[in-house]
Amino acid sequence: MATISKRIVLHFPKRLTNEPIVYKLVKDFNLEFNILKASVTPGEEGLLIMELTGEQRNYDKGVKYLTETGVKIQSLSQDVVWNESRCTHCGACIALCPAGAFSIDPKTRKVIFDNDKCVVCELCIKACPPRAMELYF
Amino acid sequence: MAKTIAEINEKIKKGQAVVVTAEEIIDIAKKKGISQAAKEVDVVTTGTFGPMCSSGAYFNVGHTKPRIKLGGGKVYLNDVPAYTGIAAVDIFLGATALPDDDPKNRIYPGEFRYGGGHVIEELVAGKDVRLVATAYGTDCYPRRKLETLINIKDMNEAVLFDMRNAYQNYNVAVNMSDHTIYTYMGVLKPKMGNANYSTSGQLSPLFNDPYYKTIGIGTKIFLGGGIGFVAWQGTQHNPNALRGDNGVPRRGSGTLAVIGDLKQMKPGWLVGTSFLGYGATMTVGIGVPIPILSEEILRYTMVTDSQIFAPVVDYAEAYPQRKPDILAEVSYAELKSGKIKIQNQEIPTASLSSYPGAVKIAGILKEWIEKGEFLLTEPVAPLPGVESGIVVKPLEERPIP
Repeated sequence: MATISKRIVLHFPKRLTNEPIVYKLVKDFNLEFNILKASVTPGEEGLLIMELTGEQRNYDKGVKYLTETGVKIQSLSQDVVWNESRCTHCGACIALCPAGAFSIDPKTRKVIFDNDKCVVCELCIKACPPRAMELYF
Repeated sequence: MAKTIAEINEKIKKGQAVVVTAEEIIDIAKKKGISQAAKEVDVVTTGTFGPMCSSGAYFNVGHTKPRIKLGGGKVYLNDVPAYTGIAAVDIFLGATALPDDDPKNRIYPGEFRYGGGHVIEELVAGKDVRLVATAYGTDCYPRRKLETLINIKDMNEAVLFDMRNAYQNYNVAVNMSDHTIYTYMGVLKPKMGNANYSTSGQLSPLFNDPYYKTIGIGTKIFLGGGIGFVAWQGTQHNPNALRGDNGVPRRGSGTLAVIGDLKQMKPGWLVGTSFLGYGATMTVGIGVPIPILSEEILRYTMVTDSQIFAPVVDYAEAYPQRKPDILAEVSYAELKSGKIKIQNQEIPTASLSSYPGAVKIAGILKEWIEKGEFLLTEPVAPLPGVESGIVVKPLEERPIP
């Protein structure tokens, strides 16, 4: 059975922030998790960004469980968006990104943004001088 | 074989001028030899596209009925304050001006999302802007309040006037402290976690004419996507900075003050810019044509990134305390490789000036000249050079009795 690994964004409604949801993913579905970012305050809407790894069958079951409990799931790559029309291709983002999601094309010296490497730390959002990096949740 | 600007202009008019960028000339001159290249090439175009804080624009907004004297009053464009200490309906808006209610660095690091540069960008894009003003009222200018939308096309004059642009060389900024700092050279990670620089190197206008032999007052240039002129030397113009054997300054040196009709400029080349924890500014596109009048001029334009050096400065201590300490000198070739080595530490580099933008500007200017749309001008006066003895001075404070 193939193992898959996906980075996802979980939005918890208020009523679920006190529930041990991630624990259930591990115990009931044998999934591994790696939390990239979390913002959970009891009584408020919660946000959890994590990498979820496991067998495809278990992964699907886990996601089904999450959806049924009322957690909204988004794939991570959609969240930080590069607005290329605003980008001046300076390069201020490159060394700041801890995940190495930005690089410079050695030929054109244009900035390249690799969505797949982004961990949504948001460092680039405010550090981009023309504010070409946008956050969508 | 010396050429004159008049002769080059004749060739431009006939569509026969040979125009190349400051990048292209390097290989051409290597292949053909200096003497042949100087004969064949008429113009070398340069470009730079980076944040330039000493930029701004002045406007004459026209007279209201009844009249209002904005001069000496308060004027806001999209909540950003403009300078009014001039005649009744003339105002000046600086690129770094911030709304009165911007939290600035009270919430550290401040975001500075919108300032004078952003207003200029929106005006150039043809957007309506809110003009809100209060005045003290006089017999001939009775009105005290004004609130209106205004568009650049309805203004009598809208003129970009930048007091200091196109710096001939600049510091490479690092942070030797143990915490992140937020500077006009970008976010600098602790313990020299990154190094930021900000010139276009071999494409930069004043690196290609290091002694200001062709660029002078009155030189016609690419400015903000339209046409502008060199108005004067820029503020902090420092022709006597340390220079290498090739004449190229190894420290921040010459600067240009530039001027041009804002109405014919393009928003993509005047971009409102925000430096986290520092402030708002504007990224400005400038391109200067260099007429190849002699072999000497051609030789200057052949300069490559490996022959241009910049000082590495600690922005946690040396820069804020105005200490002259320099950690190292590195070439633009090293900077563009993506990493430099300082004190045995490998440091990732990044540019704040856009090299692709500079390439594009040099290309656009080349196209304008090739098509015969852009003629060169003879400077009406030279910029102060080494012989002027001008050296930039710090402010030495004196107590007020």
